[in-house]
Amino acid sequence: MSQTITIDPVTRLEGHGKITIQLNGQGEVEDAHFHVTQVRGFERFSEGRPFYEMPSLMARICGICPVSHLIASAKACEAIMSVRIPHTAAQLRRMMNLAQMVQSHALSFFYLASPDLLLGMESDPKVRNILGVAAAKPELGRGGVALRRFGQSIIELLGEKRVHPGWVVPGGVTEPLSTEKRDKILAMIPEAYANIALALGAYKKIADTFKAEIAVFANFPSNYMSLINEDESIEFTDGALRLIDAKGSTVEDGITATRYTEVIGEAVEPYSYTKFAYYKPLGYPEGSYRVGPLARLNIVKKMGTPKAEKELAEFKQLAPGLVESSFHYHHARLVEMLYGVERIEEILADSRILDKHVRATAGVNRLEGAGQAEAPRGVLHHHYKVDENGKMTWANLVIATGQNNKAMNLGVLQAAKHYIKNGKFTEGILNRVEAVVRTFDPCLSCSTHAFGQMPLAITLVSAEGEELDKVVRG
Amino acid sequence: MSVETDVKTLVIDEQEVSARAGQTILEVARENDINIPTLCHLEGLSDVGACRLCLVEIKGSNKLLPACLATVQEGMEVSTNTERLQKHRRTILELLFAERNHICSVCVSNGHCELQTLGQEQGLTHIRLPYRNPELNVDASHERFTLDHNRCILCTRCVRVCSEIEGAHIWDVMGRGINSLIISDLHQDWGSSACTRCGKCVQVCPTGALFDKSKIGSDHPKYPEFLPYLNLMREAQ
Repeated sequence: MSQTITIDPVTRLEGHGKITIQLNGQGEVEDAHFHVTQVRGFERFSEGRPFYEMPSLMARICGICPVSHLIASAKACEAIMSVRIPHTAAQLRRMMNLAQMVQSHALSFFYLASPDLLLGMESDPKVRNILGVAAAKPELGRGGVALRRFGQSIIELLGEKRVHPGWVVPGGVTEPLSTEKRDKILAMIPEAYANIALALGAYKKIADTFKAEIAVFANFPSNYMSLINEDESIEFTDGALRLIDAKGSTVEDGITATRYTEVIGEAVEPYSYTKFAYYKPLGYPEGSYRVGPLARLNIVKKMGTPKAEKELAEFKQLAPGLVESSFHYHHARLVEMLYGVERIEEILADSRILDKHVRATAGVNRLEGAGQAEAPRGVLHHHYKVDENGKMTWANLVIATGQNNKAMNLGVLQAAKHYIKNGKFTEGILNRVEAVVRTFDPCLSCSTHAFGQMPLAITLVSAEGEELDKVVRG
Repeated sequence: MSVETDVKTLVIDEQEVSARAGQTILEVARENDINIPTLCHLEGLSDVGACRLCLVEIKGSNKLLPACLATVQEGMEVSTNTERLQKHRRTILELLFAERNHICSVCVSNGHCELQTLGQEQGLTHIRLPYRNPELNVDASHERFTLDHNRCILCTRCVRVCSEIEGAHIWDVMGRGINSLIISDLHQDWGSSACTRCGKCVQVCPTGALFDKSKIGSDHPKYPEFLPYLNLMREAQ
């Protein structure tokens, strides 16, 4: 008799999701799915609103990466206005996007992932959380909190609010940066470096103990896509997208926001409210690809900042060819955080950052526009259509989690097949299956543009569809 | 003795005050630093007593009177902040919030909206009534401004400022009761109306119903206090 295991809800993720694992008559894993179970509808209710409201409206999709939505949305609006924003505005936005990346990565690494990494996959689930980490490794716990604060404080200094700042607007930003605020940010930088060094050191020490997980945590060849600059360095805010294949060869380069829809399609699977993005010329599912820290570091040839450059070189040594195991997303996040802090320091060193001209204005000059940016968890794409008065008639959002969706599902299947034998599983095994999803740091709220908060559940279902076992956490 | 010099004495919230005959209770209360909440009232415009937030109790009368329209009488005893009045004010605000689609978090006036501020001041924590969620139009046809009916509370400040100060009378109200709607000219798009583009209606609008195009959030403070100065300068000429 076959059975299905359901993990519902999956914990330590942004949003609601569940995992089902289908077992055959011999108790071997037949199939596994990661389901995103919430529905929202931002694309629908933005219809009829003036387009320049879109950044603040769309930022409400998510409290973790609102800045990426603000930026992708503002860029789509600027395409409609046909304006090029002032250099200082572009740099200020870049800084805010990097600050958000640092805080979001800190959240993912320290709050969501580090309990598995530092306390162990099999550790007592009652203390396998950030408080458990803080008790066992107080220095790292404090460092994580401080890094999150670093990013959030920069966002607050620039936009007056930590979450959903209204500062990013179509055409630029509402307020220039003052000398006083610049100096406050600069003063926070040394501590941020120290904390990232601490985390990198700790991670590298323990990474070797996870060889088994590295081998089966979504460890397979895939395509990757991310923004990249013309000089092949990492980029989060501007640049264009590059898609590479499993061997690392460029499949498509210079994908601008406007071209994005020509080459990227979205497939639907009955088991998830999150769509599955794919590269159209290869079709679905062959054209599926991964995005986010792992994709970015696999694609770029350099970081463009000295400290992160060394770390990138080391990262690329993790595997021959491309780094394929999603377990290495954790490591990639730490490298990117280091880059973020270095880049923020560089941006602030240029006196033009204090320029007062930070906004361009224009009305509706085109009836369609698209914008893209790197959210912490991967490429984010906003695409709008408006009428001649600037009222929204149509919107489509492609979210990082949708682009990682196929890989997450395959990763869950790979880990489940490896760990679950003869229909037997323990809490620690199920935690490993969940941990596969955690490596991607998916944002389920974003991916469905939906309502709700976080938890996940695993169910074991028989071939006859009978529910055999269920582990729920909420 | 002329009317202008006729002094009335009365009591507002147990405070003895004096006033000129013909003054409204609201005027006298504000001269004496007694706060009465208002929404449709705006200094510099005529009063219509539409929002009923300024209702006050008069000793010896069962009727509640709008302080913006009721004139002072000799020996009057006025209460401006009784439990009954507070309850009424909260209910009025709840009705306003439930009537159309007021979503503060994504509104252009978030942080400087008179309706939002009143809700906070009056201790509004919940809307006990079901939201009506009407499907209302956004008129973005004007070159410089936008009208969002979803956020309109029908205070008619825009109608009055356009008629009384600008002299254009582009705005008016159509329909009755809950179906009332602010319209420009004879119910045509604002962009094709005879609007002079002065922007006074935008400045006096207490919510985010009228706003500058391309402005959002904290970006859009309004300055309705220009009205008394405008009137003063005109009278001086």
